[in-house]
Amino acid sequence: MTETVGTPILEAPAPKGAHDQHMVLNMGPQHPSMHGVLRLVVEIDGEIVVRLYPEIGYLHTGIEKTCEAKFYQQVVPLTDRIDYLSPMANNLCYCLAVEKLLGLEIPAKAQWLRVLLAELTRLNSHLIWLGTHAMDIGALTVFLYTFREREEILRIFEGLAGQRMMTSYFRIGGLSMEPPLDFFARVQEFIRSFPEKIDEYANLLTGNPIFRNRLKGVGILTAADAVALGVTGPNMRGSGVDFDLRRDMPYSGYEKFQFKVPTATEGDCWARYVIRLQEMRESVGIIQQALDGMPEGRITADAPKIVLPDREKMKTQMEALIHHFKIVTEGFAVPAGEVYQGIESPRGQMGYYVVSDGTAKPYRVHMRNPSFTTLQALETMCKGRMLADVVAVVGSIDIVLGEIDR
Amino acid sequence: MSEALNMGRAEVLDKMAEHPAIKAMLAWKPKALVDAKFDRGELTLTIAAAEIRAAAETVQAAGYNAFEDVTAVDWFPASPRFQLSYHIVSHQYKERIRLRAMVDGEAPAVESITAVWPAANFYEREVFDLFGIIFDGHPNLRRIMMPDDWQGHPLRKDYPVEGYR
Repeated sequence: MTETVGTPILEAPAPKGAHDQHMVLNMGPQHPSMHGVLRLVVEIDGEIVVRLYPEIGYLHTGIEKTCEAKFYQQVVPLTDRIDYLSPMANNLCYCLAVEKLLGLEIPAKAQWLRVLLAELTRLNSHLIWLGTHAMDIGALTVFLYTFREREEILRIFEGLAGQRMMTSYFRIGGLSMEPPLDFFARVQEFIRSFPEKIDEYANLLTGNPIFRNRLKGVGILTAADAVALGVTGPNMRGSGVDFDLRRDMPYSGYEKFQFKVPTATEGDCWARYVIRLQEMRESVGIIQQALDGMPEGRITADAPKIVLPDREKMKTQMEALIHHFKIVTEGFAVPAGEVYQGIESPRGQMGYYVVSDGTAKPYRVHMRNPSFTTLQALETMCKGRMLADVVAVVGSIDIVLGEIDR
Repeated sequence: MSEALNMGRAEVLDKMAEHPAIKAMLAWKPKALVDAKFDRGELTLTIAAAEIRAAAETVQAAGYNAFEDVTAVDWFPASPRFQLSYHIVSHQYKERIRLRAMVDGEAPAVESITAVWPAANFYEREVFDLFGIIFDGHPNLRRIMMPDDWQGHPLRKDYPVEGYR
């Protein structure tokens, strides 16, 4: 416990002496409700939150700096580790950014598979959010249910990429390999049964009086505050701002899919809960469309100097062997320039800013992560509420500390 | 927006004169708009570093309402050394623009835009922490990623990637 609270994030420090009646409390970095190593310094008057500011950086590993020392293709596995709950979203965003720099055309099948996987990742991420959020509120059962479904998604990922969490399945110019034979059948089976599972969660939570009372009217964020503070994604749409990059600035072929963007106007934790549940249902619809309309063809772009050749070709053709050797040892040069690619990750607007100086290593890679910005709005949402509401609010905004600290 | 992939300042100002951000900038202060570029579908407006806050207000009034990101690039040993890139989205036009400002390497400083968009708060702290650029008028300019007593600014190009300093 410190004597005086540090400077709050969004306003000048109050004069000394004004807080004599107040207590300063550290929540975290090791705290069961903080979803990682988030430290909140909370100033309370009795049980009412007067001020609050997040202290972050405990997980900072300098990924942006590391990227500058790697070849472009070597950065893909690093992007997994930024947000370990939605690795495919990070993969996708980085690959799209570099492909924009290169001016690469991606085949339709790769685009549709990418959309399918991005939506499966959204389900994966939302399932963890729902389980842990409900657990914070005290509804333990839901956690076991959501992890049951998440396990199936992870098994699908494992069959696909050989890895459950750090999939690194995306490549600059396409995907790393053809999906296994039973992949589409497994995904189909999963999304056939999944809407019932969402009903099951809703049955457990939506009518639960404790859950309702803990969320309704708690952590209110107005639409104006949401935009001013840079809050994006489901949190922003829960405040009534109708904007979704998938629909409004489509990428990777999203313009070919039909889906609704759920919004609510209340701006409280309950609205964010309702919206994420609806988003899961919409994701199931998108995955179904992707399965139904999956085009035939290659899963990598026709760019032998950028995409690694097939194993078989590499062993039989001299040219392919040379390309393979060159890509692995020297990387590939990317034309100079700067691009910013934004996507709608499960947590909001994610962006990769990549600057190239014409060599085989990125000159600068910067990630704009939605959780980082959302954290700035925490004080606005918690001020004047009870201390116990902080737990509900932190759970409802769905943050991942890995992508905040990078 | 436009067919051409690459356009320099004169061409952008000529062909994209009706673009809301460019229109607003020209109506406000054409001199502050140092350069303009349209590359790979992205519009970049280079602003004189001293005018960045006023420019942010101008584009905000022109409908670019949502601040997304600010970061820096270190062009060491070139001069001016630092490039600041602001990314701003318009919910209304469904479009993103980039504001760019070049800052000198000796005691780099620029005006904070937290008064225009409070969302820039953490991002400016991050740039300060990792690049050492001072944002004048920032309410709470402290390190955010590194420990408070850390020496140096890790994302600068003269800071080694490997090995302890």
